[in-house]
Amino acid sequence: MSRVGVAALLLAAALAVIVPFFLKPFGIYLLSMWAVLTIAAIGLNLTLGYAGQISLAQGAFIGIGAYTTALLMQIGVPYALAFAAAGTLCFAIGWILGYPALRVQHHYLAFVTLAFTTLVFLFLRNEEWLTGGIYGISGIKRPVFFGWSTAKPLDFYFFCLAVLVALSLATWWMLRSPWGRAFVALRENPIRALSLGVDTRRYTLMAFAIGSSLGGLSGALFAPLVQFLEPASFGLNRSFDLLLMVIVGGSGYFFGPFVGALISVLLPEWMRITEGYYLIIYALLVMLLMMFCPSGVIGLFERIQRMMRRRPSGLAEVQTS
Amino acid sequence: MASFIQLLVSGLATGAIYALIAVGFTLLWQTSQTINFAQGEFVMLPAFFVLGAMSIGAPFWLACIIAIGLSVLTLGVVFKFAVVDPMLKHGVLPLVISTIALAVFLKEAVKDFYSSQAQPFPTLVPANDIHVLDAVVSTQSLAVLAVAIVTVVGLNLLLQKTRLGRSMQATAQNPTLARILGIPVRRMVLYTFLINAVLVAIASILISPIYLAKFTNGETLGLAAFIAAIIGGFNQVRGAVLGGVILGILDNLSAAYVSAQYRAAIPLLILIVVILARPQGLLGRVEERTV
Repeated sequence: MSRVGVAALLLAAALAVIVPFFLKPFGIYLLSMWAVLTIAAIGLNLTLGYAGQISLAQGAFIGIGAYTTALLMQIGVPYALAFAAAGTLCFAIGWILGYPALRVQHHYLAFVTLAFTTLVFLFLRNEEWLTGGIYGISGIKRPVFFGWSTAKPLDFYFFCLAVLVALSLATWWMLRSPWGRAFVALRENPIRALSLGVDTRRYTLMAFAIGSSLGGLSGALFAPLVQFLEPASFGLNRSFDLLLMVIVGGSGYFFGPFVGALISVLLPEWMRITEGYYLIIYALLVMLLMMFCPSGVIGLFERIQRMMRRRPSGLAEVQTS
Repeated sequence: MASFIQLLVSGLATGAIYALIAVGFTLLWQTSQTINFAQGEFVMLPAFFVLGAMSIGAPFWLACIIAIGLSVLTLGVVFKFAVVDPMLKHGVLPLVISTIALAVFLKEAVKDFYSSQAQPFPTLVPANDIHVLDAVVSTQSLAVLAVAIVTVVGLNLLLQKTRLGRSMQATAQNPTLARILGIPVRRMVLYTFLINAVLVAIASILISPIYLAKFTNGETLGLAAFIAAIIGGFNQVRGAVLGGVILGILDNLSAAYVSAQYRAAIPLLILIVVILARPQGLLGRVEERTV
């Protein structure tokens, strides 16, 4: 990472810790939402940005994780166990759902996952005995760890932030390991990867399953954050939103999801002044971004940085392409 | 039995509309690798062109012609040059994202600038029932069916029998070779966009009396078009027609005989089965792979 990058990272980390002390509860709620959705977006970035598979199921995985956590807590399972169960279940479902990825080309996976998301939504809505149907599940408690209650917004925010940091470090470590290198090889040139002895089948499944389990873990935080679950939160729009987050931030960049999630969570609030026109403006901005810089906001920054330096930097370009 | 026939006819009518949308969808995919996630919204929009034209005093038939013209202009020409062309060099994914954003844009624009309420929409023919073998069949379904069949047959004649149509097919199958043979590939691609715009406009005029004109209509219609296109075969016009008809009939029958709650799930399950068992679709050919 460049020196500018390290400085930006340190500044962002400091802001993430200091800023919430000066915010009202709603601001803290938004920041917590940012942390929670970033985890899901990191998972999707793994599937999309590194392994190159378009998935429209991440919203459904957040839903599965959230409902699993809420239902387990209702029958008295401790939060930590429910958290782990959400991740494991989504890993397993992602693994099974990932099989189509091996059989068909990538745009078909988009449709399989799109169908999956809608099926999950129908299940959540119709199976009232389990999920409460359209009435949802309310009154989800926030966890207590060794006497530290996370019931207050600020405490819960720091809990989310801690989970985000831990999962980011784990992902970072994984991407630098031979596994992560294999993921990138899959995206860049699957046939060459195969001929170099990378088991593309297994790694594609793995990328998809790990991405899905991060979605599940994000859901495990989502449930106690909003404290009220309803099927509509996990429909196709959520999945589209997550896909946009990853792309807008910069897919394939490690910090892309962080930026994308921040934009997606904060922009609607900042654009309250535009009244109902927020989504129109957002959609136009996304289209312009795709037109001029499909590598997202981080890609845009990188390009500006390169332009400012104005010296041949062939090496950097090879790395980021 | 009587109700079965009724369901079959109304299913065929819905299916024929799905087929029109799915055919346009596959045309765009074949000639320019555009997966149009906004296709459903493309069907939603022309109905509002019709309503807009009627509100300034145009009779229904004139409003329909104006709507088709406007949709060729916006959903054909503008879409091609302002959205698709600048994106093609970046590959498939940015274009997918961009059409998702476009879908949001169209939906919100109609909601904010026209109305968020469902609008009543004039029917093609006066509502009437015909009795066939003790089944009651609405003239509306028959009219929809007739228009859709004429459109699909006309499109097929265009693609199969005319020089222009064959040039378009050549463009879809092998753009490089087509260019070498002197076919103006870029113009052919533009024509498919225009044809798609006409198809969605016709579909819009056919479906809006049934569903009412509403800004959210695109969500279900777009999904139906994807599913129809994939079930039938992504790279075949015939396939898209078959897929649309299958889907329409299934949709109507499953609402009556399975459960209303899981009605929406049946097409999705079929989609997953088809993708797993026969990813090229029922009528599709296996696509060539390039390294």
